[in-house]
Amino acid sequence: MAKPRVSAVMKQGKLTPWLYLLPALIVMSFFIVYPMINTVALSFQNKDSTASAATTCRDTGPCWGIFENYRYALTAELDTTSLQSTWQSFWTSSYGNTLKWIAFMVSGTVILGLLIAVLVDRVKYEPLAKAIIFMPMAISFVGAGVIWKFMYSFGTGQVQIGLLNAIITGLGFDPVPFLSTVGLNTFMLIVVGVWMWTGFCMTVLSSALKSVPGELLEAARIDGASEIQVFFRIMLPIISPTVVVVITTMVINVLKLFDIVYVMTGGNFNTQVIANRMYTEMYKNFQTGRGTAIAVILILAIVPFIFMNIKRFMAQEAMR
Amino acid sequence: MKRAKVNRVLNKIPLHAITILILIIWIVPTLGLLITSFRPVSSINTSGWWTFLSAPEGDTPRFTLDNYIDSLVGYRGNHTYREDCAAGTQALDLHCNLSDLLNPRGMGRAFLNSLLVTLPAVVLPILFAAFAGYAFAWLDFKGRYLLFAILVGLQVVPLQMTLVPILRIYAKLGLNGTFLGVWLFHTGFGMPYAIYLMRNFLGSLPKDLFESAYLDGASHWTAFRKLAIPLAMPAIASLTIFQFLWVWNDLLVALVFLGGTKPVMTYQISNMVTSLGAGWQLLTAAAFLSMLLPMIIFFALQRFFVRGMLAGAVKG
Repeated sequence: MAKPRVSAVMKQGKLTPWLYLLPALIVMSFFIVYPMINTVALSFQNKDSTASAATTCRDTGPCWGIFENYRYALTAELDTTSLQSTWQSFWTSSYGNTLKWIAFMVSGTVILGLLIAVLVDRVKYEPLAKAIIFMPMAISFVGAGVIWKFMYSFGTGQVQIGLLNAIITGLGFDPVPFLSTVGLNTFMLIVVGVWMWTGFCMTVLSSALKSVPGELLEAARIDGASEIQVFFRIMLPIISPTVVVVITTMVINVLKLFDIVYVMTGGNFNTQVIANRMYTEMYKNFQTGRGTAIAVILILAIVPFIFMNIKRFMAQEAMR
Repeated sequence: MKRAKVNRVLNKIPLHAITILILIIWIVPTLGLLITSFRPVSSINTSGWWTFLSAPEGDTPRFTLDNYIDSLVGYRGNHTYREDCAAGTQALDLHCNLSDLLNPRGMGRAFLNSLLVTLPAVVLPILFAAFAGYAFAWLDFKGRYLLFAILVGLQVVPLQMTLVPILRIYAKLGLNGTFLGVWLFHTGFGMPYAIYLMRNFLGSLPKDLFESAYLDGASHWTAFRKLAIPLAMPAIASLTIFQFLWVWNDLLVALVFLGGTKPVMTYQISNMVTSLGAGWQLLTAAAFLSMLLPMIIFFALQRFFVRGMLAGAVKG
C-alpha cells in the first residue's frame, strides 16, 4: 500500500475505521496476543506457576536454572549415556518424530498431489476424481483416525478384519501390529496424514497447472519434447512459486498436528510428536511450566514461516 | 484414421489405470467404514467387511441399523439397545423412548452439542471479519499496512500457544465448560484468516463502485451494508464452509474447554477409541454420523470450499 488506495471522496473521520476494527481487535488481542505473551512467561515457572522454574531443579543431575523447563522439554526424552544412544533416542523422541512427519508427510502430499493433479488433468472424469481425493479434507482427524485404525486392525487369531492385514496374511505372511511396532508405526500414522492432506495440495497445484499457457506446452510438444520433459522443464519451473507456498503451508500444518497421534496411539510406542507431547504434559501430567515450554519451542519453529508469510504478502501487495 | 484412434485409446490406458488405482486406494478406507457400520456386530468381528456380499451364517441379517441406534443413544452392552429394551433389561438411564436420543453418552446428544458449538462459532467471526475487512480495504487510517502485516503473521500461530492462559482466565470468569467460552475462543482464532480473506475480496471490488456511492452521498455505514456485504457473498460462503468444517471437526479446543461436560461428536468418538469401551460396530457408526454433515456440505458447496482454499489457506 505504498500508494494511497483510498481516494479523497472516501475520506472519513479519524475514529470511524477503529469502530469497524474494534470487535476484531478485541477478540484477537484477548485470544491470541495476550495468551502468547503469557505462555512465554509461564514457561519460566514451575508446574502450577507459583515459583520460578529454577526451584524445580534437583540436587542430582543437570540444571538450567530459569530455563529448567526447557532443559526438560529438550532433553528428557533423550538417553544421553553415550553419543550413539543419544542419536538413537533422538529419532524416537517427539522431535525426531516431528522431523519424520515433516520430511515424509510434506514430500508425500506434495508429490502425490502434483502427480494426481497432472493425471486428472488428462481425464474426462476430473471433477469426480478430484472430489474423491479431496473428500478426506472435509472429515475430522478423529473420523480419519477411526477409519485407519480399522484399516490397520490387527487380529491375533485366524481372522483379520483389517484390510491391510487380511492382504498380508492372504499373501502368506504373518500379520503386522502396525500401530505398536516401533519404527513402523510413525510411518503408518503419516500415511493417514497424507491421505487427508493430499487433496489440499492437489487442489492448489492443479489450479496453478491450469494457468500454465497451453501454447507453451504445445510448442514444446511439437519440438519433440516428451511428456516427462514438458513436466520437468516447463510446468514445474512455472508453478514453482506455488509449490513453495504449498510446502510452507504443509510444514506449518504438520508442526501443529495433534489429533492423529492423540486418537490413534496417544503418543505411545514411540510415536510422540511435539504438539501431542505439549498436550500430555499440560493436561495429563499437569505440568504447566513444561507444557508451555514445549509450546514456546513449537512457536519458535514456526516463527521463520510467519516471516515468510509476511514477506510473501508484502511482495503480493507491491504487485497490486 | 481408425488406427490412429485405436492407438490414442491404447496410449491412454496406463493413464486411466494409474488414476483409477489411486482413486480406489483413496476411497476404500472410507468405504470399509461405511459398510462395516451397517453390518451386525457378530459379522464385523468374524469376517472382513469386503466379504459382505457372501451369505452370513444362520439367521444373522446382512445389514442392520442397530449400530446407528446404539451409538445415537449411547448404548454399550452385550446385546443391542433394541433387544435390551424388548427384554426390559436396559441400563437405568435409558427409557426406551425418544428421550434416549438426549442421553449424555450418546451421539444424538453430541450431534446437538456440535451444532450448538458450531453455529455461533461460524457467525461471529464472519461478522467481525466483515467489519474489519471493510476497514482494511476501504478506510484510511494510520498503521493500516503494519496492522494487516501483523495479522498475516498471526494466521499461523498455533492454538497450543494460547490454551493455558485462556483456560486460567476462563476459570476465573466461570467460562470453562460453557458454550460461550468455546464460541469466543473459535471467534478469536478464526479472525486472522477471515479478515485476510474478506479484505482481499472486498479490496478487489471495483473502486468506482464505492466512489460513486460516496459521491451520491452514501455514508460508509450504508456502503458497507448495501454494497460491500451483498457483493462479498461468495467470500462469505467460502468462509462459512471453512469455519464450519474447522469448528465441527475440531478436537483440541472441545477437549480442553468442554471436555465431558458438554461432549461434542469428536470428543465422544475420541473417548470411544482411547477408552476401548466401544466395539467397532459403535465406533464405525459414530464416526460416520460425525462425517455426515461435513460430507453433505462439502459435496453441495465444494466450489466455495475450493475457492476459499485457493485464496490462501493457512489456518489453525
